Amino acid sequence: MKARYKFLTGSSVVLLLAFSLLFSTRNVSAAAEGKISGTIKLEGTAPHQKPIDMSKEPSCQKIHEGHPVTTETVVAGASGGLQNVVVYISEGLPVAASSEVSAETPTFDQKGCQYIPHVLALDVNQHFKVVNSDQTSHNIHPMPAPGGGNHEWNKSQPPGSAPFDVAWTAPEVAVHVKCNIHPWMSGYMAVVKGPYGVSDNNGSFTINNVPPGNYTLTAWQESYGTQTQKVSVSAGKPAAGDFTFKAK
Amino acid sequence: MGKFFAITIVVIALASAVPIVRHTWAPPPNISVHGAAIDDQISDTMVEAGLSFLAAQFVLAFFVWKFSNRPGDAKITKFPGGAKGLVIAAFILVGTEVLALGILGQKAWASVYFTPPATNAIPIQVQAGQFAFYFRYPGADGKFGPLHPEKIDEANQNFYGLDVDHDPDSKDDIVTAELAIPVNRDVHLLLHSKDLGHSFYVRELRIQQDFVPGLDLSLHFTATTPGKYEIVCTQLCGLGHYNMKAYLEVMSQEDFDKWLAQQAALQ
Repeated sequence: MKARYKFLTGSSVVLLLAFSLLFSTRNVSAAAEGKISGTIKLEGTAPHQKPIDMSKEPSCQKIHEGHPVTTETVVAGASGGLQNVVVYISEGLPVAASSEVSAETPTFDQKGCQYIPHVLALDVNQHFKVVNSDQTSHNIHPMPAPGGGNHEWNKSQPPGSAPFDVAWTAPEVAVHVKCNIHPWMSGYMAVVKGPYGVSDNNGSFTINNVPPGNYTLTAWQESYGTQTQKVSVSAGKPAAGDFTFKAK
Repeated sequence: MGKFFAITIVVIALASAVPIVRHTWAPPPNISVHGAAIDDQISDTMVEAGLSFLAAQFVLAFFVWKFSNRPGDAKITKFPGGAKGLVIAAFILVGTEVLALGILGQKAWASVYFTPPATNAIPIQVQAGQFAFYFRYPGADGKFGPLHPEKIDEANQNFYGLDVDHDPDSKDDIVTAELAIPVNRDVHLLLHSKDLGHSFYVRELRIQQDFVPGLDLSLHFTATTPGKYEIVCTQLCGLGHYNMKAYLEVMSQEDFDKWLAQQAALQ
């Protein structure tokens, strides 16, 4: 009997200590971390995005009836905000922050014979799900640069089949993804170390959980490539990191 | 037992002929000028091959019936009349048959492949690639711009590898995912493959032509009935082969002009 009580008290103390430790570190880190936010602009007129004819795949064509979809190589909003730009810290991150992997499991969906999102940003080793929401088979064919740390794969996913759970093992900005059955389908996966942000339809992005410090910030757009700038982050105050890409 | 086997052979032979004689699995109606000749050719081949098949089965059944119940030691050691005569007879018979079918069918074949297309024929380039077809119309200048395979960029809808900024002939080229053609006008198809072997098959047109990598193949036809038909790949080309298709739309000249203008605006 006595031994049992001893064990119970002992384990409760350990648990209590563990929880308090967890909460204390959490509070400390949240207070000490900063963030970077900004807007990506496009200077000039965005190149004409061509309409996509999906007549080959009637089930997808039906979804887009009345509002035809176009290519997404440059997606600019009315106010000049540039969408689908991946922003990440390319230099200066302490090892602890750069090796942290986001706990979120984002989805790379195939819907209406398009990739949603068109650009998916990920941490190295961050798991993501590939989903087929269409009534047709897709094959997911990411094409990382040969000789790098990531390996090319090509898997087919019939309608209604279970999602794939996958991760990339090396940083790469960015891995082009295509579907061989529907040649117009095109998407990108940007694999980075540490925190990242992707610009929305206004061109705005936010990178959270950035420890204070001086960094090189890099922005990548699929047609225009990369741009960098220096940024200095202090605790509790968001740092600004605006970029402007010139339309070619 | 032997007699039962002979009867079974006759029953199977006759039963298999029934759906063919009754046209149970008839092809869809023909929609091309040359198609009737192809249908006649297939019909002739079926009659000729079908009769030979039945005759062979009946002869087989007759021999089984006649010789099956002989005692074990009564083997046939000599072929009646000798084998030489039979081989020569078979050689002449089969040879004549193949030659006759070839001579009968050469007109239908030549009308698609060997005669030149009409002077007002519409040239259309067909590109097959894993796993889709794309079509190119030359535009107002009537010329196809050159292809630059390294410029193929599917994310940008450049399926042919055209360089519109540098090649004036490519500027007005129209690339589409659907093959639209005017009714009652000759259409001149130029087929090439982007990667490996594919096939262009439209049942209603009575045309089935393989794509051979490295070759530009040419054929022409005239469609006679407006409608929407399926173009399918009939050469196993990879995991997406089953889904490699496009649609052929045969329309009036007026609708076709409108459609082409629309497509040109979308380029």
